[in-house]
Amino acid sequence: MTTGATSGPAVPQPSPPTAAGPAGNGPHPPETTKDPAGPGKPGGPGGGPGKGPARRVPAALTDLRNLSLLGVLVALVVVGAITRPEQFLSGDNLTLVLTQASVIGVVTVGVTLVIIGGGIDLSVGAIVALASVWATTLATQEYGLGGILFCALFVGLGCGLVNGVLIAYGRMVPFIATLAMLASARGLALLISDGRTQVVSVDSVLQLGLPDSYVLGIPPLVLVFAAVTLLGWLVLNRTTFGRRTVAVGGNAEAARLAGIDVKRQRLKLYLISGLCCGIAAFLLIVLTGSGQNTNGNLYELDAIAAAIIGGTLLSGGRGTITGSVLGVLVFTTITNLFALNNLQSDVQQIAKGAIIVAAVLIQNRTARGSGTT
Amino acid sequence: MTPPLPSRRGLIFGGAAVSAGALLTSCTSNESNEKGPAQAGGGAADDKPGKAVTVGFAGPQADHGWLNAINEQARARAKEYEDVTLEITEGSNDTAQQIGQIETLINKKVDVLVILPADGKALTQIGLKAMRAGIPVVNLDRVFDSQQAYRCWIGGDNYGMGLNAGRFIGERLKDKKNAKVVELAGIDNLELTRQRTEGFDDALKNYPNIKKVARQAAEFTVESGQAKMAQLLQAQSSFDALWNHDDDQGVGAERAIKQAGRDEFFMVGGAGSKHAMDAIKADNSVLKATVLYPPTMAASAIDLARALGQGKGVGGLAEHEIPASLTLYSAVVTKDNVDEYLPTGFS
Repeated sequence: MTTGATSGPAVPQPSPPTAAGPAGNGPHPPETTKDPAGPGKPGGPGGGPGKGPARRVPAALTDLRNLSLLGVLVALVVVGAITRPEQFLSGDNLTLVLTQASVIGVVTVGVTLVIIGGGIDLSVGAIVALASVWATTLATQEYGLGGILFCALFVGLGCGLVNGVLIAYGRMVPFIATLAMLASARGLALLISDGRTQVVSVDSVLQLGLPDSYVLGIPPLVLVFAAVTLLGWLVLNRTTFGRRTVAVGGNAEAARLAGIDVKRQRLKLYLISGLCCGIAAFLLIVLTGSGQNTNGNLYELDAIAAAIIGGTLLSGGRGTITGSVLGVLVFTTITNLFALNNLQSDVQQIAKGAIIVAAVLIQNRTARGSGTT
Repeated sequence: MTPPLPSRRGLIFGGAAVSAGALLTSCTSNESNEKGPAQAGGGAADDKPGKAVTVGFAGPQADHGWLNAINEQARARAKEYEDVTLEITEGSNDTAQQIGQIETLINKKVDVLVILPADGKALTQIGLKAMRAGIPVVNLDRVFDSQQAYRCWIGGDNYGMGLNAGRFIGERLKDKKNAKVVELAGIDNLELTRQRTEGFDDALKNYPNIKKVARQAAEFTVESGQAKMAQLLQAQSSFDALWNHDDDQGVGAERAIKQAGRDEFFMVGGAGSKHAMDAIKADNSVLKATVLYPPTMAASAIDLARALGQGKGVGGLAEHEIPASLTLYSAVVTKDNVDEYLPTGFS
């Protein structure tokens, strides 16, 4: 990936298909003949004409959004510090929160990229389940750590490939295609596991989750989470690929006219999401020491919720990795806070819903108060 | 993609993808070298072959170790009898679909029906329909809403599970001052979870020195077990005993305990998986006991169905007829008696 222009919110660069792009085959000629501006379509938010200037404002606002989310997080920490100071403010607890956030966090990074690119991925939970089951079969376990890791990653990639091909080249609506993947991946996971809990007996894998293998007091899981977050941030903010993603999500038609191979871009986004699921599945195997077809239950909703409260626009074209990761941390901290205070799941669920609403309301207010929308 | 000849990069990626795919497909096997599923505990009630009986069996989708064991137990038991033919439907969690499957069994005119409903209340009508059609129903575990919908109910005792777990923990801690107990429950939306907790609390009331300091509900999955247990361990820096409702989520709970490096307490499981029983036998972890919710009830249901079909009572009882309801005992499996129960452990 080349590093493009240094700053500036992602205005889709009208770069011709260059080295990194789809060399050899230009934009598909038959489609270019359709009416260029696509006035029949509603277009993305702030899309259509006058898109350049409109785009500059939200980028400045995302920082504000992140700030307000950070405010929510700080408020939660204050509540924790008041209610259970001893347990909440310990280093152990920080490690715990980050570890618990790592699996869903990695998934959320992939989902955020897909949503920014104008898609949606409902199949993430199911892919995590399938990858975790596939990678913990007795046959896979014979290959040891490498086999399990390889299997988890490639099953994730494979599912992402199917999603991407169906959506980009099969012209299926992302919602439907990934819903289909959700159903069939869960089905396949059940078929392979036969509903059993597949306990991992490979020591090198189990060891990764235990305190002995912490690097400078940080669990390997958290390191992977940090690495994926950093990579996701770099890809989105510092590469042509990232700018193309924003462009495709903002207005696919305009992006295509600007010379971006929209289909290939979409395919790559779903591949990334699939790969993230594969990584998350491996983390989950390390964390729980097993694979089960019920793994990753409702991850799709958790990931989407985290992305949304992180300021990602559900219709695409805007969003940040930082915001999404903050969203994940907010949710994990809430769970942690409630468990430490021994509140039961009924109360937890109610409060979780209330906090989502509150976070989004606060964000909207700050965004409106300071922005010129 | 249009180029007539695949590029070198394409070839490399293509080749890598194909070989990765080949490797992956070889990784789906779960065949172990060990022997297959174990048999139910006791011998058959009356081994002498009698009148031929066709038993229809309808259960939910086996997406959980315990439900899987239910199907296996039923199959294995039916195979033991020469005079029993088992018509087993593919499990379904969808009420409408399960009703359809049971109707098919009624139309096939099976002699006796064994039904483990996905949802007891929702399937009451189909139970009534079968009974009216003259096919006696053995209702397995999840009870129908009306007693007219079944001839005999056999199932586990969720309240009793909690009671026995509480008693076991109470007896071990009764001489300890200010003992602290933690509970890792199952899905809170389910009535059975409430019943288990109620039984557990009632048992602990007999021991004034013991206090339940924390309770969190997981979701019967390994993942949720790990997550909730990790939080519980963080919340309670020290306690004496833990009751975990379900051995499947217990796999995750054990992981969390290992990760936190804690061992000052003992743990009691629930349901009775093979994994848990192996750990109890090995006696090298905090898991010291598990309270059964025996899947062998499916085998017993086949016994009851056979007796119903042949018009016999249950061996060992004076009655001419089988009982109307059978609540199974939730035995506590410890290191002392684990060998007895190990064959019934499910994986």
